[in-house]
Amino acid sequence: MSTKTIATTRSATGVPTGRLAVWWVLVSEIVIFGGLLVSYIMHRLGHPEWAEEASHTNTWAGAFNTLVLLSSSLSAVLAHKAASHGDGKRAAALLRVTVLGGLVFLVVKSFEWTHEIREGFTLQAGGFWSYYYTAAGLHAFHVIAGMGLMLWVAGTAAKNEELHRVENVGIYWHFVDMVWIFLFPLLYIAK
Amino acid sequence: MAHATTHTVSHGGAHGGHHDEHWVKKYLWSTDHKIIAFQYLFTGMAMALVGAFMAYVFRMQLAFPGSNVPLWGVVSPGQYNALITNHGSIMIFWVAMPVLIAGFGNYLIPLMIGADDMVFPRINRLSYQLFLLSAIILLASLVVPNGGFGGAWTAYPPLSANRVYNTTPYGASLWVLAVAIEFVAFLLGGINFIVTAMNSRAKGMRAFDVPIVVWTIVIASILFMASVGPLIAGAVMLLFDQLAGTSFFNPNRGGDPILWQHLFWFFGHPEVYVVLLPAMGIVAEVMTVFARKKLFAYQTVIYTIIGTGVLSFFVWAHHQFVAGIDPRMANVFTVTTVLVSVPIAEMCFVYIATLYGGSIQFSTPMLWALAFLAEFLIGGVTGIYLGASGLDVFYHDTYFVVAHFHYTFFPIAIIAVFAGITFWFPKMFGRMMSDGWGKVHFWGTIIPFNAIFIPLFILGAYGEHRRIFDYHNFPHLATPEMQALRITATVALVVMLLFQPVFLWNFIRSIAAGPKADRNPWHANTLEWTADSPPPHGNWAELPECHRGPYEYSVEGRPTDFWPQDEQA
Amino acid sequence: MTGHAHTEAHAHPNYVKIWAILVVLLVVSVTGPMLGVRVVTLIAAFGIALVKAYLVAKNFMHLNVEKPVVHWALGVALTLMVLLYAGLAPDVQRSKGERWEKSAGFHYMSDAARGAMEHEGHGDKPAGH
Repeated sequence: MSTKTIATTRSATGVPTGRLAVWWVLVSEIVIFGGLLVSYIMHRLGHPEWAEEASHTNTWAGAFNTLVLLSSSLSAVLAHKAASHGDGKRAAALLRVTVLGGLVFLVVKSFEWTHEIREGFTLQAGGFWSYYYTAAGLHAFHVIAGMGLMLWVAGTAAKNEELHRVENVGIYWHFVDMVWIFLFPLLYIAK
Repeated sequence: MAHATTHTVSHGGAHGGHHDEHWVKKYLWSTDHKIIAFQYLFTGMAMALVGAFMAYVFRMQLAFPGSNVPLWGVVSPGQYNALITNHGSIMIFWVAMPVLIAGFGNYLIPLMIGADDMVFPRINRLSYQLFLLSAIILLASLVVPNGGFGGAWTAYPPLSANRVYNTTPYGASLWVLAVAIEFVAFLLGGINFIVTAMNSRAKGMRAFDVPIVVWTIVIASILFMASVGPLIAGAVMLLFDQLAGTSFFNPNRGGDPILWQHLFWFFGHPEVYVVLLPAMGIVAEVMTVFARKKLFAYQTVIYTIIGTGVLSFFVWAHHQFVAGIDPRMANVFTVTTVLVSVPIAEMCFVYIATLYGGSIQFSTPMLWALAFLAEFLIGGVTGIYLGASGLDVFYHDTYFVVAHFHYTFFPIAIIAVFAGITFWFPKMFGRMMSDGWGKVHFWGTIIPFNAIFIPLFILGAYGEHRRIFDYHNFPHLATPEMQALRITATVALVVMLLFQPVFLWNFIRSIAAGPKADRNPWHANTLEWTADSPPPHGNWAELPECHRGPYEYSVEGRPTDFWPQDEQA
Repeated sequence: MTGHAHTEAHAHPNYVKIWAILVVLLVVSVTGPMLGVRVVTLIAAFGIALVKAYLVAKNFMHLNVEKPVVHWALGVALTLMVLLYAGLAPDVQRSKGERWEKSAGFHYMSDAARGAMEHEGHGDKPAGH
């Protein structure tokens, strides 16, 4: 039974409701990540000695992951382009490629973290590491959520249904990419 | 999917929908905004009973220290701390917010803007389920080994982060988890309200045709969303400090407890406006209907409310005047705090101007609305004493603060809520409540309420510290005169609690057997009164159009003193 | 139900070209800090992050053709984060002020209280250390 309401189809602002909702989700995410990152920035600037701890992060892994996420944003927006031309099957395929990108990101991260933990840089190892794992972990949680959402959207898009959702889930994914664009210099380069 | 419609069941336009839904699907798994509203409303009311019981127990301890409190036993210090902590947390997060925002918001927004439901009914359902989960976790935190968290609703570390200090390792983490999940639930719900109100208005309904309570609930949702983010981050950090050995708030290892204070109050201050605004919206709706007069300066009010919301982000450190902040910062925050009282005072003047010259009907909802104005004024004015940093050096952490915030929170969470429930009850349940018993309940609540908290102002001015379990340890606070004030407050609380069954009885009996209500028993203008009482799934068979503003009461030259928004010109 | 009704037509830029620019910027942001000059590092790392974010927002999220109300909402959220930093940094970022100092040897309790707690058998080593 569909729960699609007439309310969903209206658009007094001119922005379709699904897309408007995603933007509001991003507003709430900006302040969540913002709160965490502002706290981190203040501590990092206030504790110059954290540079020693920060020097142990793996810049190449971080850079590679940045490349992976940027590329997955490309496939996400190409999915939107396909959907806007009515090609649901292509959109679904491209969304699934994006999910694959997210998976690669997570795999690299798990190798990275395993190595760091083996070296003794655990969550408890120091102030810097508290923020490092929490910020990247919160981000990774959003990556996983995004992957789940994209698989769900791809499922319906492949049947040429609800194609507007492709753009909306893409906007969410680009935001996840953007958070990483800032996490990368904050955690990996500022040493 | 074609259905035969009967006069009792009608379906909104786009719906299929089944006639004979299993009661589980209809009441527990519903996506109908009205059912979800009731879920929030009843859960909030149940939690209010829990919070009220906690207040009864700790006030009995304060009035008769060491005694055996009926229905509880002897109160230990740890239990006392857990009671006051959870009383505050429950009343704000599990009563005020769900009832005012999620309950009334869910019920009223689609109906008042002429929509058939929210834009995302399934996310709506999910948000309630998350909320219910958070309530269950919070209640669980009270019964785990070592008891519930006792570090005050403000949960400052290192007490809250360190289990050796707080002695409630399970309770503390469950408390943080419950609060964090509740925040997520309200973020989800808020997005529904904001997008529905922005996009799904009836044809012809311009921005200033939207009733003010919808505006206030939506603006409150935006305020909440903007302010809670840093605290969600902070809650994750606190949870990790408690459980994962991180050191976000541990100065011995490079962290900073003051960070938590700032993150908490950056949210905590806008939060009080998050709950205040819907309450003011409800009161405005009730006043216009029972004064038969339009809301004074409606457009200016909208701008005022937005301005209040913005200003509310610039006052938070008035909670930290004695935490060691730079006194020059304290100057800044004193100025902004006193400034933010101006738009709220303006709202109170707007209420008075709305009532002036109106044909006042002293129905039960109107009595509650008038009481809101009178009691909130006291709360607001006493807030100015606290906002002045010099005075706050004395008043901080005394019962003066407690009395101040109860004179604001009680009108918000109780008085305005009763105004709303008694006002919209006919629409919600298709029956009328007893006005006579409503008035008994009203006086039995309001008079004792003042008798509870006026003594607390006096006690605070004498220097009575907050969060103390037994004043015998403070001889200058344990004088017979002061103890007499404590006993007065406690007795008044018991009296007030004894009047609440009157409401419960009125409420339940009226749902079952009250006189049937027609569509518009109060002769109001707004769109919800054009739907059936109660509205069916989908609200109207044909969605209404809007032709005028919401407050066209007593318009010259018209045969009736009201002019519904959907009536053709 | 195709849901086509909601997709507005807008021109699609060359997404692959944007991606290529982003990759080049990524390379610069990694190699720049290798020079070891602090100003170059800051500009390369954070300045480029801002540029990358702008490109993603404009071209991938189509913020350039989005309605003003969305810009307002996002702008308010970002401004609030600036306010958060400005309000908190004087306390949280600094390690000492005119009359206070944060030190690692900070003790929450007086020695007497600590002794009393040890006497009761709780031990003075808080869990989580």
